[in-house]
Amino acid sequence: MNCELEEILTTRDLAVGYRDGKRVKRLLENVNLGLRSGRLTALLGRNGAGKSTLLRALSRGDKPIDGTIMLRGVDIGTLSNDEWSRLVAIVTTDRIAAGALTVTELVALGRQPYTGLLGRLDADDRDIVADAIAAVGLNDKASRYIATLSDGERQKAMVARALAQQTPIIMLDEPTAFLDVASRIDILRLLRHVTDDLGRTILLSTHDISQTLTVTDDLWVIDREGHVHSGKSTDLISNGTLNNVFPVGSVRFNPEHMDYEAIK
Amino acid sequence: MASGITLMVALAVACLLMGSVDIAPGAVWDIICGHSSGNTAWDIIVLRSRLPMIATAALSGAALAVAGLLLQTTFANPLAGPSILGVSGGAGLGVAVVMLCTGGAVGDLAGLTIGSNLSVLMAAWLGAGAVLAVLIAMAGVVRSNTMLLIVGVLVSYLTGSVVSLLNSLATEEGVHNYVAWGFGTFNAVGPDSLPLFAAIILLCLLAAALMVKPLNAMLLGDRYAANLGVNVRHSRVALLAITGLLTATVTAYCGPIGFVGLVVPHIARLALATSNHTRLLPCCAVAGASVTLLCTLISTGGNHGIIPINAITPIIGVPVIIYIILNRRRISYFN
Repeated sequence: MNCELEEILTTRDLAVGYRDGKRVKRLLENVNLGLRSGRLTALLGRNGAGKSTLLRALSRGDKPIDGTIMLRGVDIGTLSNDEWSRLVAIVTTDRIAAGALTVTELVALGRQPYTGLLGRLDADDRDIVADAIAAVGLNDKASRYIATLSDGERQKAMVARALAQQTPIIMLDEPTAFLDVASRIDILRLLRHVTDDLGRTILLSTHDISQTLTVTDDLWVIDREGHVHSGKSTDLISNGTLNNVFPVGSVRFNPEHMDYEAIK
Repeated sequence: MASGITLMVALAVACLLMGSVDIAPGAVWDIICGHSSGNTAWDIIVLRSRLPMIATAALSGAALAVAGLLLQTTFANPLAGPSILGVSGGAGLGVAVVMLCTGGAVGDLAGLTIGSNLSVLMAAWLGAGAVLAVLIAMAGVVRSNTMLLIVGVLVSYLTGSVVSLLNSLATEEGVHNYVAWGFGTFNAVGPDSLPLFAAIILLCLLAAALMVKPLNAMLLGDRYAANLGVNVRHSRVALLAITGLLTATVTAYCGPIGFVGLVVPHIARLALATSNHTRLLPCCAVAGASVTLLCTLISTGGNHGIIPINAITPIIGVPVIIYIILNRRRISYFN
């Protein structure tokens, strides 16, 4: 089998949504996807299309409404918390209360799946934490408090924390939201580096489509009908799938500019 | 941390030496070392009054401060604390019910046998547990931190009024005891009850120390904590059970001591400049003990009558809270 095509995470007839009391609201149905190992995949869609909901199901934050998610052939619902914490690390948009932790302390939390009852770090753990901080370029800020960092630096610290967790897969929900354009590009280049040089598989969700297309290998695109299309970025750009993301007649994707433009 | 321990020991020594009866330091030392000072009254004061009081104050302070820290982290709410959330009130209600049913009155534990001691403790635990259960249920519905605090304050009022109603059925002496208990005192754990009291508090503190890992993960919120392998629901229940046991045990014996659980975690965070529970939790225990020993010193250390503990804790606590509220933009753990 071609190693490049190996799918580390697959879904079978997956339905995701949310439960509101007894009512079940399905946002996406019959989702059959494969996440290619060692690749950077972006999940695209308009706001409210179900990107975060799908990502939450894939990262075991919520139980799927239907169907299964398999990681290396194992249903993720059957894995223990410990096993899971060593397979997938997440970066979310949740508010964290880590202002009075140093960058090193925050990144060290990523070692929790490997440390004992009291969470003491051994020499190996400390090396891994230092390497993760170096990988995101925060060496000179390792002992700074999170509260003193810029938004972009905080996001890098959260990526470093995920790296220190040493999982084959990292999932990021809107990693460039709330960032200025320089920091957005910085984070996306960092994620490209994490894929290419550290061998991690990355899945990120974003509505910042044009910026993201410059670094992705694969795309999962949620179209306006709620169908999810997957494939190589280049293929989905050339076959016009990106034109079906937003409501009919609103915008059109221009492959030359790699961006959306108004329909005149 | 070392300076905190030094301060705590210094305060304990001061409490030992100072009191309404003047006892020479040399005589106190002799008594502590197991020799009689030759004055039987002094022997009794030091061994059966001051020493148990110091131990009770230190253990209660550590217990309430750690309980406050656990609540603040579990509810991700910096203004949470056992008294403001009504946990102390729930414990007080439990105590009141049992005391009245058994013909006694709240705040008279020292005179009880171990058996009735235990039943009062159980009642306090149940009361605190009931309030915590209400808080957990409400936390799922009211997502706002401020609203949860208000629910806690309302629960406190409610338990307080039920206890007052119950006390209207009590004897005059019972009411007197209840009022004294409500003032807060570290004198109510006699030398006979102290071992049980100390054992419960120390075990709960040990259990809390074993939770530093999930506590640190919870700083990042539930999703990150779960992703790091923490069983968030189990950890939360365990943490709240520890909080309830600590608060209820202290409340049953010493009354609803306010402010310590709310304020001391902030003092510890500011002093250490960290939210890392590995260092914060032991520091909280030491700082809590220091604060209650200071209160004890003010309460009983002079030639004046005994000042209620609950008259002193707000004087220490309120300025700290106001400082924190005014400076929250500059305090790193809020950002």
